Amino acid sequence: MSQNILVVAEVRGGAVKRPSLEAVAAATKLAAKNGGKVIALAVGSGLDAACATLATSGAHQVVAAESAALAQFSGDGFARVVAEQVKANGCGAVLMAHTAMGKDLLPRVAALLDTGLVSDVVALDFADGTYTARKPVFAGKAFVQVRATRNPFVATLRPNNFEPTTGAAAPVAKVAANAGDLLSVVKEIVAAASDKVPLQEAKVVVAGGRGLKEPQHFKLIEDLAAAFGPGVAAVGASRAVVDAGWRPHGEQVGQTGKVVSPPLYFAIGISGAIQHLAGMRTARTIVAINKDPEAPIFKVADYGIVGDAFEVVPALTEAIRQAVAAR
Amino acid sequence: MDIVVCVKRVPTSDTAVKIAADGTSFDPAGVQYELNAYDEFAIEQALQIKEKLGTGSVTVVTLGPKDAQKELRDALARGADKAVLLVTDKWVFDSWSAGTALANWIKTVPCNLVLCGRQAIDADNNQMPPRLAAMLGFGCVTEVSKLDLVDGVFTAERDIEGAREVVTCRTPAVISCQKGLNAPRYANLKGIMAAKKKPLDEVPAAMPDAAMAIVSMSLPAPRAAGKIVGNGADAVPALVAALRNEAKVL
Ligand SMILES: Cc1cc2nc3c(=O)[nH]c(=O)nc-3n(C[C@H](O)[C@H](O)[C@H](O)COP(=O)(O)OP(=O)(O)OC[C@H]3O[C@@H](n4cnc5c(N)ncnc54)[C@H](O)[C@@H]3O)c2cc1C
Ligand SMILES: Nc1ncnc2c1ncn2[C@@H]1O[C@H](COP(=O)(O)O)[C@@H](O)[C@H]1O
Repeated sequence: MSQNILVVAEVRGGAVKRPSLEAVAAATKLAAKNGGKVIALAVGSGLDAACATLATSGAHQVVAAESAALAQFSGDGFARVVAEQVKANGCGAVLMAHTAMGKDLLPRVAALLDTGLVSDVVALDFADGTYTARKPVFAGKAFVQVRATRNPFVATLRPNNFEPTTGAAAPVAKVAANAGDLLSVVKEIVAAASDKVPLQEAKVVVAGGRGLKEPQHFKLIEDLAAAFGPGVAAVGASRAVVDAGWRPHGEQVGQTGKVVSPPLYFAIGISGAIQHLAGMRTARTIVAINKDPEAPIFKVADYGIVGDAFEVVPALTEAIRQAVAAR
Repeated sequence: MDIVVCVKRVPTSDTAVKIAADGTSFDPAGVQYELNAYDEFAIEQALQIKEKLGTGSVTVVTLGPKDAQKELRDALARGADKAVLLVTDKWVFDSWSAGTALANWIKTVPCNLVLCGRQAIDADNNQMPPRLAAMLGFGCVTEVSKLDLVDGVFTAERDIEGAREVVTCRTPAVISCQKGLNAPRYANLKGIMAAKKKPLDEVPAAMPDAAMAIVSMSLPAPRAAGKIVGNGADAVPALVAALRNEAKVL
């Protein structure tokens, strides 16, 4: 089997998503070790701009598998096309970002190729003819290093973990994709309000818990998030307040919510249960505000203020607003 | 509609993970187990679909240890009709071998819908549902938080990065359930009594060797203990100074 590596790009609104460029960069490092070529694959229609981006992303070859029937994502339709391209290009590895699309598509591809898949990979290597990868288990409470024992090696890579690179312009080949009979198809994509930063992409996460006492008091949390300026901070929540119906499920941080890793995380009125810590312990800097000096959240926080959120948060919001304005 | 619900027995979410002496697995000493949280949404969805259609069957299946009888009995007590335990005493961490065993079993029973959780919170593989779908030749929608069924076609909604996707999917299908899809019921006394008489079959799992080997398992570096910068609103200037000058995040 050849050592070529296929990277499946995620194209939305005609543009390549950044985590796909990170995956191409990770693939080029592996290819430098095993002598293979990196092939970036885009599937769908209207792929020209995406291919132009991919051509300078470090890939050796770009393939556009075009089909009007695949203008919208279809897990089964895309998987068939990707599996065909893996075979046509003699690939020994298939990579994609661990995003909503990657999590839906790549397991299907792995099944069609009758092989394993390592998900949410944070480090990759190739040595002595085999691929190894490191991935979190138990929501990041532990990590496993795994060695693939079946071919090809298939993995989804954690976003914001590998740095994208650039490279000399690679050739772009267009092939006609055979969509086949589609079982599932995306009908509509409803964009979130444009001023809302996705929780997992936010530079700052301001999370609130039961210590806020009433749902309307989350205004304090929203105001602190807004103080960082537009497009910077997102609001998060503990499960206690999500289950109480104060906040939407999409905001839950933790083992059964989202795992976030922002440069700055605020836990306000959150006790720091182990399931919550699993979702935020890899944040670079953690700030806790809690009136109980014994709250477990202080054991992981870099900085803590012991005090009443209703008194501390408005003062902090004002101070952050001034600090941001002074920049 | 004949529904198969895949459930997994996992260490409770508050487990403080310790590494076993072999350095490649977790230490099971003192670990408590429970039904994977997301699989509760799958069981509930199956029961609601059966109740709405007024016909059909709900079978729960797990690939796991003999002790998983407990989680299967719980699913029966909530209202499932039948349970099947594909017995293995290995920790199921590799989705290729597990998926092979599950899909091969599903092919032997009447089934037009497979419901799964979005993720098992032990190995966090996050891949079984689409894998099963491909092996069974079914359509699939993952991480679904709203689901409607009209004339044999599902309309599902799911969150993607910064947006919400509406997906249609023909039956037979595999659907993976995300939090928010429904509010799972718990077993009541009547259900618990009824569950004792429901069938729970045990079959040795036909699971091939794993498609990957765990070379090592490790714990992340502990976070260095932080500091309390002060009490109350008076501590705010010190905090902001530390964020700006020390942590350099402002
Ligand atoms: C299977 C399972 C999965 C779970 N998954 C998650 C998950 O993904 N995410 C998650 O968060 N939890 C999860 N949990 C729940 C978790 O165990 C805790 O119950 C939850 O995190 C507690 O939320 P909390 O910190 O907001 O509330 P509490 O634990 O009630 O803490 C409230 C805190 O607010 C402080 N406080 C009170 N008043 C004030 C005030 N005026 N000012 C400042 N501080 C104040 C208190 O001192 C306390 O520390 C899970 C549990 C289970 C069983
Ligand atoms: N060993 C297993 N037995 C039965 N179902 C499983 C098993 N492992 C995973 N599943 C199902 O697949 C879903 C996703 O799991 P995973 O892909 O392992 O994260 C789970 O929520 C279950 O519904």
